[in-house]
Amino acid sequence: MNIIVCIKRVPQTAEAEVKVDSSGKDIEKDRLIFDTNESDTYALEEAVLQKEKFGGSITVITVGDEDSEETLRIALAKGADEAIRIKVEDLDELDGFKTAQILHKIIKDMDFDIIFTGCLATDDAYSQVGTTLAKLLEIPHASLVTKIELSENSADAYRELEGGLLEHLKIKLPALFTIQTGINVPRYASLIAIRRAARKELNEISKTEFGEMKSNSFIEELFTPPVSKLAEILSGNPDEVSEKLTGIIKEKGLI
Amino acid sequence: MILSDKHLKFREKVKQFADNEIAPESTELEKKEKFPWEIIKKMGKSNLLAIYVPKKYGGAGLDTLSYAIAVEEIGRVCGSTGIFLAAHTSLGIYPIFLSGNEEQKKKWLPPLASGEKISSFGLTEPNAGSDAAGTQTTFKLVDDKYLINGTKCFITSGGVGDTIVFTATKDPSLGYKGISAFVVEKGTPGFSEGKREDKLGLRGSITSELIFDNCEIPQENLLGKDGEGFKVFMQTLDGGRISIGALALGIAQGALDACIKFCKSNSINKKPLFKMQSIQSTIAEMGTEIEAARLLVHQAAALKDEGLPITKESAMGKYYASKIGMKATSTAVELHGMLGLKKDYLVERFMRDEKLMEIGEGTSEIQKIVIARELFK
Amino acid sequence: MNFGLTNDQKMLQKEVRNFAETELKPLASEIDVSGEFPSENIKKLAEMGLMGIIVPEKYSGSEFDFISLAIAIEEISRVCASTGVIVAVNNSLVSYPILQFGNEEQKQKYLPPLCIGEKIGAMGITEPNAGSDVAAMEATAKLNGDHYILNGTKRFITNGTAADTFVVFAYTDKDAGYKGMSCFIVERDLEGFSLGKHEDLMGIRATGNCELIFEDVKVPKENLLGKEGDGFKICMNTLDVSRIDIGAQGVGIAQAALDESIKYSKERKTFGKPICHHEMIQNMLAEMATKIQAARLLVYYVGYLKDKGVKRFSKESAMAKYYAADIAVDVTRKAVQIHGGYGYTKDYPVERFYRDARILELYEGTSEIQKIVIARDLVK
Ligand SMILES: Cc1cc2nc3c(=O)[nH]c(=O)nc-3n(C[C@H](O)[C@H](O)[C@H](O)COP(=O)(O)OP(=O)(O)OC[C@H]3O[C@@H](n4cnc5c(N)ncnc54)[C@H](O)[C@@H]3O)c2cc1C
Repeated sequence: MNIIVCIKRVPQTAEAEVKVDSSGKDIEKDRLIFDTNESDTYALEEAVLQKEKFGGSITVITVGDEDSEETLRIALAKGADEAIRIKVEDLDELDGFKTAQILHKIIKDMDFDIIFTGCLATDDAYSQVGTTLAKLLEIPHASLVTKIELSENSADAYRELEGGLLEHLKIKLPALFTIQTGINVPRYASLIAIRRAARKELNEISKTEFGEMKSNSFIEELFTPPVSKLAEILSGNPDEVSEKLTGIIKEKGLI
Repeated sequence: MILSDKHLKFREKVKQFADNEIAPESTELEKKEKFPWEIIKKMGKSNLLAIYVPKKYGGAGLDTLSYAIAVEEIGRVCGSTGIFLAAHTSLGIYPIFLSGNEEQKKKWLPPLASGEKISSFGLTEPNAGSDAAGTQTTFKLVDDKYLINGTKCFITSGGVGDTIVFTATKDPSLGYKGISAFVVEKGTPGFSEGKREDKLGLRGSITSELIFDNCEIPQENLLGKDGEGFKVFMQTLDGGRISIGALALGIAQGALDACIKFCKSNSINKKPLFKMQSIQSTIAEMGTEIEAARLLVHQAAALKDEGLPITKESAMGKYYASKIGMKATSTAVELHGMLGLKKDYLVERFMRDEKLMEIGEGTSEIQKIVIARELFK
Repeated sequence: MNFGLTNDQKMLQKEVRNFAETELKPLASEIDVSGEFPSENIKKLAEMGLMGIIVPEKYSGSEFDFISLAIAIEEISRVCASTGVIVAVNNSLVSYPILQFGNEEQKQKYLPPLCIGEKIGAMGITEPNAGSDVAAMEATAKLNGDHYILNGTKRFITNGTAADTFVVFAYTDKDAGYKGMSCFIVERDLEGFSLGKHEDLMGIRATGNCELIFEDVKVPKENLLGKEGDGFKICMNTLDVSRIDIGAQGVGIAQAALDESIKYSKERKTFGKPICHHEMIQNMLAEMATKIQAARLLVYYVGYLKDKGVKRFSKESAMAKYYAADIAVDVTRKAVQIHGGYGYTKDYPVERFYRDARILELYEGTSEIQKIVIARDLVK
């Protein structure tokens, strides 16, 4: 089973204070901490689990700047066999569509049975790369996969739908799956693995080899919406809260 | 501290220079308030005046870390020469090197590097100290010249400077956005030295008021772009903090060395001082804090050499080195007892010299605000 | 010294931080209250390779350098000081002397189980009447055929309740002074070896601290570490190295206190503004951050000297330990101050940090002892 996993290095914005930069189209990144995109770590773990079951090899690919070397090395430390970085210096010019086109150019000539990607990158939240890549490669895909069982030429993929429904798909390989978080428990890279991975060769390919990529959507503006004053959280014990609440309702003339 | 062989060798060279050429003069310089003209000439010959400036402009072509080492070693024997060097390189030369155009660099840097000319830096004003954006000195473009009016104060080497970098504003109400940086040369009509300060310490360095009274300077003396003066100065101060940190460190090391020597050659009731635990405790604290300060200063210098941001780190180095330096020099005086108050011993001078380090180029309070601001980012 | 970290050091830092945040942090407050030794964590730590950071791969270790050891201990201590100490003892007080002074057989027998989490290590120097004054110890070991007879009591032994492999110091020749001290590897299941009082500690409460009692314990001759009389040298050499860990613990605890304080100072409002806008609060935060960075550099510096193969670095390691301990207590005290009354409650972790930091000034040589070491070297 030869598996390709596409991963991305993203800023950790969940708890950080995010500010829009002077261009008005991006955020200030100097002070942010970067790490592997969350669902990508599940995608990688799924690949490692499948490799442990069926053998084969795992290649991780990222489209990224020099700093994403670290992301690739951590992936190597967690069980990937080979890593490829498609070099881009100006990441801001990339969107999901362009990234998928770049990945397509390199993956189309590779020998693989399965591609795993994360289901969503937490920085731009396009959820676009996986499905677009499948389309470009003209292979079947399933998105938001929460469970997967592989056999010789096909896979049973499960997708969680709204309302607690589970969809079971049978898909012919080669195919692409975008992986939902929670599908497994990603491992940590052990110290020994880190030390070995730090010394491994990475394959690097320049993006320019693929020519210009097209895009058909452009960011107009990025901004923090004005804070609305419509909600107020009342605190205190139940008695205090109910008293405050009736006070407010009376004040507004509703009763 | 283990430095690379290259840096170790350089330290040794400067140390010898400091011990042989400066130390014998330092007490005299300070007592008689003599500006170290001779020493500066020798420093120029030994290529110590523009350490991190590329060779093509007459500099030594070394790095910021080497410069920090040099300031420390010189500060160890003479604070006055140290502050001269710090101001000359970090404040006078650096902004020209940072934002001057090729012509300006070629014109001004070589004589400053050789010691033929002396530079200084005018930022502080009677009403703009910590708050540099409050600059009141104005400039106005009249025909093809800038007309400058205003007063700068507490300017190191001000009265003796030949090539002086300073700030002025288009309009004080614009705040930092109105500020530009210029160079004025000694002898320009309308430019003169005002009062010379009579100071607590660093008495071998000159600190003056500079007066601009309808002073006209050529248009080509504008440094960088119009309105970018504030940025130039902020970057200059980031780097300048490394040199003040290094100088504070050097003075502290001088005080520690003096204490160790004193403790080894003096005893009470036949017990050598260094065998007494309260003395050991003091010496250990001084030594540890000096080593910690040295690492902070060197870290800031090394980051600068890598082109990385140093605002927080240089503020930390300056704040910490001057704080522990003040503590070390004051403790050193105490440890010498009554003798420590006498001018025959170095420590009282160290203590007086060190106090400036907590104040110049942003007081400790300002450094802490800078650090806190960076922490909240 | 290179002020930047290498690639593997950066990756190690990132991965250990992730691990510590996810696996160790959730338990930290609980084991502080219960005082229970976190046995399940040990397995996970060992899988990560954190129980044998500096041990070569051929003995199942991770084969990292000493700066990396400092980074790892800092990251662990940042979330759980107890676990930080447990890991530090296993690495520097037990694995390190075996690695440095053991023969090939001893290394092969004792190091792999310590690295893979099968066994836990502890070290016994201190006794009821011998703390700072190590040479005052009373424990003795008498050679009797193919074994030594060990007698004595060791006090305040970290990991004591959970450990299997003990590095223990005793006199083989009391008359020879400190040159008569020797060092042994003692296994838990030997007859006559029992555990005494379990300490109820102020901080680092989950470290299994207890007394070790040896009554005519037969320790096989081949368990002597180094030669007879090497004990004092082994002890001092080991402490020089383990002070890297104590320094790193101080940096980790202090960093955690700073992080919490920055967060809290942005949330808490008084007099109409977040307290981070009060200059006195900013002042404290700036001082805290500056001292932490200074301490970190001192700690890395010792790691750097050790990695470079420098033989003597007692002064530098004493400086790092003394300073990091000093600032950890200062920084955690300020952190409680910034949190106001809330900082005094168990709802916020800073009260734990404050208690945890206090030990750093005491063990592995009190601050006073460190100062003696530093001063002695400076006036040399
Ligand atoms: C939580 C904890 C964990 C520990 N873990 C271990 C462990 O795993 N293994 C182990 O062997 N030990 C361990 N110890 C013991 C620890 O190392 C000792 O407590 C420490 O060395 C101090 O010894 P003491 O308590 O006997 O104090 P004392 O030596 O009695 O010191 C009392 C006071 O006198 C001062 N003092 C002593 N001598 C001098 C001097 N010459 N000059 C000036 N002042 C002096 C000290 O600084 C201190 O202030 C641990 C202790 C604790 C509390």
